[in-house]
Amino acid sequence: MSSVAYKQADYKSDVKPIWCPGCGDYHVLMSFGRAFAQLGLPPEQIAVISGIGCSSRIPAYTNCYGFHGVHGRSLALAAGLKVTRPDLTVVVASGDGDGYSIGGNHFLHACRRNIDMTYVVMDNHIYGMTKGQPSPTTEPEFDTALSPGGTRVRPFHPLVVALASGANFIARCFSGDPNQTADVLAEAIKHPGFSFIEILSPCVTFRPDEKAWKDQVHPAPVTETSDQGKAARRLMTDDGFNIGILYRGTRTPYQPAAGATNIDLSELEKDFEL
Amino acid sequence: MSKTAGAPKVANLNDLLAVAYQIEIDAVDRYKLLADQMETHNNPDLVKIFRDLARAEGIHGEEIRRMAGDFDVAARAREIAKFEKSESPEEADLGSAHYMMTPWHALQLSLAGEERALAYFTSIVENTKDPKVKTLAAELVEEEAEHVQLVHRLLQRYPKPSKNWADDLDPPVSQE
Amino acid sequence: MAASRSISIAIIGSGGAGALTTVDSLLETAAAAGWQGLFTRTMGPQIRGGEAAGLLRLAVDPVESLPDRFDLMIGIDWLNAHRFGAEIKAGNQTLVISDPRGGDLPPMVTQSGARVVEIPMKEMAKAIPDGRPNMIALGIAGRLLGFTVEQAFAPIAKRLADKGPAAIEASLAGIKVGFGAAAGIDFGVQLAAPKPSKARRWLLSGNEATALGAIRGGIRFAAAYPITPATEILEWLAPNLTKVGGTLLQAEDELAAINMIIGASYGGTPALTATSGPGLSLMIEALGLATSAEIPIVVVDVMRGGPSTGIPTKSEQGDLNIAIYGMHGDAPHLVLAPQSVGDCVFTTQWATYLAEALQAPAIILSDQFMGQSRAAIERPADVAFIGARSIASEISGPYMRHAMTANGVSPMAIPGTRGGQYTADGLTHSERATPTSGAADHLAQLDKRRDKLDRFNFGDHWASVEGAGDLAVITWGSLTGAAREAVALAAADGIDARMVAPRLLAPVLPERMAAALAGVKRILVVEQTHGGQFNKFLRAHYDLPAPVRVFNRPGPLPITAGEIHRAIAVWR
Repeated sequence: MSSVAYKQADYKSDVKPIWCPGCGDYHVLMSFGRAFAQLGLPPEQIAVISGIGCSSRIPAYTNCYGFHGVHGRSLALAAGLKVTRPDLTVVVASGDGDGYSIGGNHFLHACRRNIDMTYVVMDNHIYGMTKGQPSPTTEPEFDTALSPGGTRVRPFHPLVVALASGANFIARCFSGDPNQTADVLAEAIKHPGFSFIEILSPCVTFRPDEKAWKDQVHPAPVTETSDQGKAARRLMTDDGFNIGILYRGTRTPYQPAAGATNIDLSELEKDFEL
Repeated sequence: MSKTAGAPKVANLNDLLAVAYQIEIDAVDRYKLLADQMETHNNPDLVKIFRDLARAEGIHGEEIRRMAGDFDVAARAREIAKFEKSESPEEADLGSAHYMMTPWHALQLSLAGEERALAYFTSIVENTKDPKVKTLAAELVEEEAEHVQLVHRLLQRYPKPSKNWADDLDPPVSQE
Repeated sequence: MAASRSISIAIIGSGGAGALTTVDSLLETAAAAGWQGLFTRTMGPQIRGGEAAGLLRLAVDPVESLPDRFDLMIGIDWLNAHRFGAEIKAGNQTLVISDPRGGDLPPMVTQSGARVVEIPMKEMAKAIPDGRPNMIALGIAGRLLGFTVEQAFAPIAKRLADKGPAAIEASLAGIKVGFGAAAGIDFGVQLAAPKPSKARRWLLSGNEATALGAIRGGIRFAAAYPITPATEILEWLAPNLTKVGGTLLQAEDELAAINMIIGASYGGTPALTATSGPGLSLMIEALGLATSAEIPIVVVDVMRGGPSTGIPTKSEQGDLNIAIYGMHGDAPHLVLAPQSVGDCVFTTQWATYLAEALQAPAIILSDQFMGQSRAAIERPADVAFIGARSIASEISGPYMRHAMTANGVSPMAIPGTRGGQYTADGLTHSERATPTSGAADHLAQLDKRRDKLDRFNFGDHWASVEGAGDLAVITWGSLTGAAREAVALAAADGIDARMVAPRLLAPVLPERMAAALAGVKRILVVEQTHGGQFNKFLRAHYDLPAPVRVFNRPGPLPITAGEIHRAIAVWR
């Protein structure tokens, strides 16, 4: 840990967010700064990788290295970065659309691979940036222009999928409690392997009904577990508003062995010699 | 749950000064953030109000720092001034911001903040055993009570907005 | 005062002022009065509360492009309006109405020599209970354009129908105040009286027109993944497809969307999806599959600024290359481009017809300018192009899915047809559809897929060819309107030019183009790209019989008729 004391403000760039006033993501940005400050991480040692959507705008609002990639592929970008630069702290930011829809396949494999990184999904149960289409976590009866009368399709359960696919740390937070979110984020970063945090972050513009979330979230009435069976039962019966660290696994993170040898190329060419 | 559950423990006068200082600094930062939001979203009246509120809180913070003399309130605050419910008492509620909010709304947020601070310091008066802490806390209670009155007076100038205050006929813009 | 051929208005405001709704409302008022018009918008980067400008051009004849200068500009406020400087030009003939408390006039006004009249719209609105400055602005604009209060108010009354009588009263009061405030102003510009017409009037966006054209052409399945600026096509189709017995499925991404429509079409249902550049990039692999397996599908690409994430809210023509050349291997297919908001109806319908007739994918290159502009037009005529796939029924003997025929199109067996069972495949195949790597089969099928397109008689819809002058302006897509207007401006100067705008970009039709360019001595290619994609495409596939100059510029600024006219005029 560094001897320099960092403050939350050290991680904030001077780019003014375009997020609507009232958006939960402002609190998430604060939580990033608080968590990084808690851990004493130099801003230049952190890479924030994102896809496309309102939540994915976050890298430019931090003072860290950032990558605003294409839609749904942030985890792949992050994997390439982390295995070649294990010295960096890699935080991946996404939303429920970018992360669970087009990014769904990469989510499965990122959990499987268990590379050491932290994946933060700001879930507002809607596609905000494209003006209000249903996302995989939108309630089936929620009426939108693209799905009149609701999708009638069961929502995605990201925490269950994360557990089944091998994520090593699973938590849910609420943007309205940025201190707790910061604490969980710091734990997630410290924990080796693929850490996944779903942050419920209300969308003031397309889901004003989510103002009610602050009364619906509640501390998870359980302690974190590393027992997969227990976690499975817990997550399959989760009400979507349990806040806290729900699973902390013991898998070894995936990291290719560092290239210790540096043999002469002529050794490689021996294969071809007659 | 009481408004002050999960509040930092104040063991002595310096601790109280540190926490009181942090409360003001947090309020300054919060008002500045709101002012920036209003500027980005073209609400100039609210930019002015939030910048004025930030300035006022900054003055309160300076007064507390002066009261502390040589004692480094900022450093002590970093150690102890953590409010479990995440927002320190005078931090205006971010979730209640709106790009079309009116001065009345801003003052309501400010009022709520001052009332929370008042309640916090009142609870210290009621619960502390340290006479110096009690005295200072009582002074802070008086200060906050004045702030509350001030906001009430300011509110007289601004009528409660009509129920259509947030009506924007233009649809949201999809940026991606 | 002389009657002008068109009038253009810009209304600018921010922070929820409702500038766009104001202009949209004026379009509707004008349409009801018999004029035609085009409404486009330009906005800041915020999702709500950003700076916004509504741009409107009204005329007696169809309006398909923006003007070089605006006749009237109303600034409800000027916050961050300097961002619009390059897009909204004022000149010394422009009348600018400004609220003295709306912030500083931006350079685009102060440096233009425009006449500025101050009207305190914000203050006037405050005097009305629940009053809004944009209603004052609407009244001012309505008066200056020569409408009555009732005409200006009617579209607003509709929009506020569910907001209650107080809101409606407040708006009407605001409009009246605006009318009063504009009473003494000499505008000096007047629209000519509209031509009497029996045709019904329509108000719609290019995206809505595209969606309607699809349904007219026979589309009954759509897969949807939202992307700016195409989402409105899918959102219009969602309820309306159901009404005609069709289905829309929301996909998890564009890879799913394109494969879903291939599946639906394989099962016999004409199918479509809509996307933009980044989505089309994802769909390329499956487009190759549809080409090889000879499955008709329609993919609309509403082009936006590129490359990569680019400028999602602005128009450009940079997807030409990927639409024509994107697939790996040799994979001839259909590429079409509508030329105006109204033409989106026809082109989408025609593309659907062609895709079904030729059993090939059709990519439609629309763009943000047409897709998200709203136009007042005459109802597009009904045309007799409805998808009619060659279907194999009464099959006896081994079924040849890809049988060699005179026109290259093989009757397609729809699942459920006895005797017609086959496996569709992206692998190179024989006439029976079974995989092969033999040279003869590969060549035969490549020839077939190319020849079926090349032999087809596309008729006169392949391009708009207008005029007979010896200078040809060759362009495409949304620039067609500006080019057409430029040719007319040139004619007024005594320059005889012609315009050739292909609607069918692929396959290429060398004989038709040669005929269209007969006698041409100079060619001006106009396109909205940085790399001159259209120019290179023309040179690659067509003999251009004369010296060529290229006027190309990438987005986000539209290319205006005035600019094309000047490019024509300097080349004598």
